[in-house]
Amino acid sequence: MSTNFAEANSISRATIEIHEPRQKTIESKTGGGDAIEGKSIRANIPSGDLADKWQNFKDHAGLVSPANRKKLRVIVVGTGLAGASLAATLGEMGYQVLSFCFQDSPRRAHSVAAQGGVNACKNYKNDGDSIYRMFYDTIKGGDFRAREANVYRLAECSQLLIDQAVAQGVPFAREYSGYLNNRSFGGVQVSRTFYARGQTGQQLLLGAYQALMRQVNAGTVKLYAQHEMLDLVTIDGKAAGIIARNLLTGEIERHAAHVVVLATGGYGKIYYLSTLAMGCNASAIWRAHKKGAFMASTSWIQFHPTSLPQLGEHQSKLTLMSESLRNDGRIWVPKKQNDSRAPNDIPENERDYYLERRYPSFGNLAPRDISSRAAKERIDAGYGVGPQKNAVYLDFSHAIKAQGKKKIAEKYGNLFDMYRKITGIDAYEQPMMISPSAHFTMGGLWIDYDLMTTIPGLFAAGEANFADHGANRLGANSLLQACVDGYFIAPYTIANYLSNKIKTELPSTSHQAFVEAEANVKSQLDMFVKIRGDKTAEMFHKELGRLLYNYCGLSRNREGLKTAIKKIRDLKDEFYARLMIPEEATTLNVELEKAGRVADYFEIGELMCYDALTREESCGAHFREEYQTPEGEAMRNDDEFRFISVWEWNNGQAPILHKESLEFESVKLAERSYK
Amino acid sequence: MKLKLNIWRQESTTAKGAFKTYTLENLEKDMSFLEMLDVLNEQLVTKGERPVVFDHDCREGICGTCGVMINGRAHGPIGGITTCQLHLRSFNDGDEITVEPFRAKAFPVIKDLKIDRSAFDRIIASGGYISASTGSAPEANSILITHDVAESAFDSAACIGCGACVATCKNGSAALFTAAKISHLAKLPQGRAEARIRVVKMVEQMDKEGFGHCTNTEACQVECPMGVSVLNIAQMNWEYNKALLLGA
Amino acid sequence: MIKLTLLRKLLMALTGLFLCLFLVIHLLGNLQLFLPKEIAQEQFNAYSQALSGNLFIKVVAIGLYVSILAHAIYAVVITIYNRKSGGKYAVDERKVASPWYSRSMGLLGTVIFVFIVIHFQNFWYYYKFTDMPLDPWGRKDLYSAVVNLFGNVWYVVIYVVSMVAMGYHLLHGVASALRTLGVYHQKYVRVVNVAGVVYSVVISAGFAIIPIYVYLVQHQERLLTLLQLK
Repeated sequence: MSTNFAEANSISRATIEIHEPRQKTIESKTGGGDAIEGKSIRANIPSGDLADKWQNFKDHAGLVSPANRKKLRVIVVGTGLAGASLAATLGEMGYQVLSFCFQDSPRRAHSVAAQGGVNACKNYKNDGDSIYRMFYDTIKGGDFRAREANVYRLAECSQLLIDQAVAQGVPFAREYSGYLNNRSFGGVQVSRTFYARGQTGQQLLLGAYQALMRQVNAGTVKLYAQHEMLDLVTIDGKAAGIIARNLLTGEIERHAAHVVVLATGGYGKIYYLSTLAMGCNASAIWRAHKKGAFMASTSWIQFHPTSLPQLGEHQSKLTLMSESLRNDGRIWVPKKQNDSRAPNDIPENERDYYLERRYPSFGNLAPRDISSRAAKERIDAGYGVGPQKNAVYLDFSHAIKAQGKKKIAEKYGNLFDMYRKITGIDAYEQPMMISPSAHFTMGGLWIDYDLMTTIPGLFAAGEANFADHGANRLGANSLLQACVDGYFIAPYTIANYLSNKIKTELPSTSHQAFVEAEANVKSQLDMFVKIRGDKTAEMFHKELGRLLYNYCGLSRNREGLKTAIKKIRDLKDEFYARLMIPEEATTLNVELEKAGRVADYFEIGELMCYDALTREESCGAHFREEYQTPEGEAMRNDDEFRFISVWEWNNGQAPILHKESLEFESVKLAERSYK
Repeated sequence: MKLKLNIWRQESTTAKGAFKTYTLENLEKDMSFLEMLDVLNEQLVTKGERPVVFDHDCREGICGTCGVMINGRAHGPIGGITTCQLHLRSFNDGDEITVEPFRAKAFPVIKDLKIDRSAFDRIIASGGYISASTGSAPEANSILITHDVAESAFDSAACIGCGACVATCKNGSAALFTAAKISHLAKLPQGRAEARIRVVKMVEQMDKEGFGHCTNTEACQVECPMGVSVLNIAQMNWEYNKALLLGA
Repeated sequence: MIKLTLLRKLLMALTGLFLCLFLVIHLLGNLQLFLPKEIAQEQFNAYSQALSGNLFIKVVAIGLYVSILAHAIYAVVITIYNRKSGGKYAVDERKVASPWYSRSMGLLGTVIFVFIVIHFQNFWYYYKFTDMPLDPWGRKDLYSAVVNLFGNVWYVVIYVVSMVAMGYHLLHGVASALRTLGVYHQKYVRVVNVAGVVYSVVISAGFAIIPIYVYLVQHQERLLTLLQLK
């Protein structure tokens, strides 16, 4: 019997420390913030050698027999790579799956916009790649702030993903011989990135979407498009379902399940100007957080170095240009401050190829956090280019000279086209202008090795969780993580969780917990509508974004973060006094949708500042100005901060900080140098 | 710059819609078309009026959510882009612009400029996939696909599902959308096994949704933001005829 | 009644292409009209008689009538259906995205259909169902009927205009039909496109020249007047 087996083995999830009733034991206050400190947290990592852990897990995990699967219901929120792949896979296995997305079609989830590629250590290029090397690159890329076991598993499953995607018909780039092609990406010295021109995310997502629609057709997955999750329902401390709003009708619906999975992506849109889609939001994870799921590393947000600079006041979005451009493009600024000459008029010896200068061995392929910060450093020092002096050049003239325009067009044609469409400039003739922009949230819901949050039965997959990227994500690892979580990890770990619940009835939606949750959601929506002020939600969002960009963006400092917390609170008060929503809650109401998301952003923004404030070191994307070397490089503090900051909601009071200590057994902590 | 906008306003699918005129001033050339609608909505909302509902999300031309008829053309006066990629520099100061939702029998209007394109999802669900369940995949390099075939499959797979092809087709035909998926998968060796059953099912579903006949006017490929070729339609026909002759 | 859109299109393509094939044979036969009057009269009438008595041709002719009717009926069915499925816009500039004749196949087809009725009445009905005069060899004198008809300038105009309409109809129709059959390979598509244009121009020009030629050459007094005027 599978359940007994699961209970008997050593990795049973029945009792783990963090699932016990929590005591807010205040042990000490960390130096910087006012956050309350809680206790240490463990991640349930299976025993065995690093390389064997995942296999050990799979060998001993509980299973659910095919006949029992159809009795068990799983809600998957989000239909990006993680959500669609998981919903499809669970559907194939025979579970009842309810799949939710706020978009009008699952195919529009923002994974679609990922451009450059997906990493996998296939070693097709015979350049010495291996699972261990990929694991090491990722750990190092994350500045030694990720769990070894998770990252190793990510690298291990990467090989499977390419096989899976090819089988689904993802048209990856090929050599003339018919073999798969690779390119290299920032932060590594091997070519392990598989790509489908500049639309790898789109193609992988379509593969997952098609697999999902196949299950919809087969009746195993029920699709709820244009539905937004507004609350998590818990019964006896376990996830029991969600409250969702039908965005077309305004109806509030209750949905019960044995397991709820949040695959709702990241919250980089909190900065308003970002590379994310307008609808990307953190409401699902944040509302789960308020129901008891801990957040982790909330302030670790990656700024992508190659996005297009802001052109004007009304801009709503910063378009990303794939990092793959850095394979052939060289980044520079003029050596003279405020140089107003056209880029082609600046002679070679008056150009500062600052990445090549500072990081000779990685050069233009230095990791994202480092490239972004180096760009910001040049821009802040007065060397920025473009009308707003807020950009650096990405120059292809050398590559075009060496390889010919045709070759460059084949590799990046669609990106050059996109650049021309947006800016009206031909990048074959003059350098692109690029600038860093908020892009990816390494932080998210805290999860254990099983991708389960601190609420039993609530899982988080893809960018919505915090796990694999440490303090900085390597390029082409996000598609990988989302896919691997959805296709290869969560299906096993969810089965393991469910293996002793086959006799558990589906929670009733008339349970008091559902009634209360629905009432709370409705009263919040009514409250928003009743304010009848004079400012739109987006106006507040823009102000919050500017605040966070200035105080909790590419670089942070103690005073700034403290100021930010205060300013965010003031702005939040203003929001609740002056918000304007013209229509009622019981209809399609775009302004109401935005208001709910912005309301959550205020609280997340505050938590981000607490997170950044209490981490008195610089690591990866988190750069504290107080902690840098004389050359301006990040200074990590492994003795005091070799842990993950895990945050507990404290009813609007200063959040409670718990710590998950990071143990490194297979790698030696080293200075993260790309020189 | 200053623009006069005639925008289609419609309360619900069943309600009767009408144009409403708005004048916007102090617009910037570098603004995108959708950012201009943001400006309009900000003005409307702060006055307590109902904002214009329009589809949009990624605003970088890949999610396929946005799409309106601008002065009688899908995604505006420039071919090969999405509405979010249209900038005001394509218009002149003082222009009058008419904005309507994408229209077709199979794309009912939900509200204002927002339409229901779930028919596309149902077409994909009917057979637009390779039935490769998770875990059943062979080693990726065991399937050799030449560079040109992979590139050609990509060209078909590039479709973003925006619906401009349907909106611009006088017949409201979804042939380009359906064909793009059929030929993407038919071009790849791993997709051949199901090619015949796939085309039969997808074409059947396409008809069920109420899309019109393709009469090969080729307007769809002109307005397609991804430049998906009408030759995909020819390939769909080829696959379909093969299924007719040889059985699905 | 065929329900599936692709099958309806297939029917249009197959009947259309069959009619295209017929046009070639028809034009080849008509080329005899360019021969000197004496030879032409004997040969053309003999040819007509041979065709009308041939069983194989009779069967083909039935196929022809069925094709014309099916092509026309389904054109109407498809047009009505498409009118309902397509969107209507207050401001409509969609025309810039496609050639006018591709969008106007129904109109061009209607012109051609009306022409076919006139054409049948002019020759087919006249030949089959009336006691028309015989030529010196004792055959029905279709040749003279042609020459007489195209002595009337209005018929020349009707025929030429109709052939222009047919030219445009073919320009879209041939390529479209081959697409419907599934010619999708880039290389063959290019060949087919060029062949389609050449075919359309040759066929429609070939047919259009005949009434003009007859009008001017077989009624030489007109040509002479014309030349003298010059």
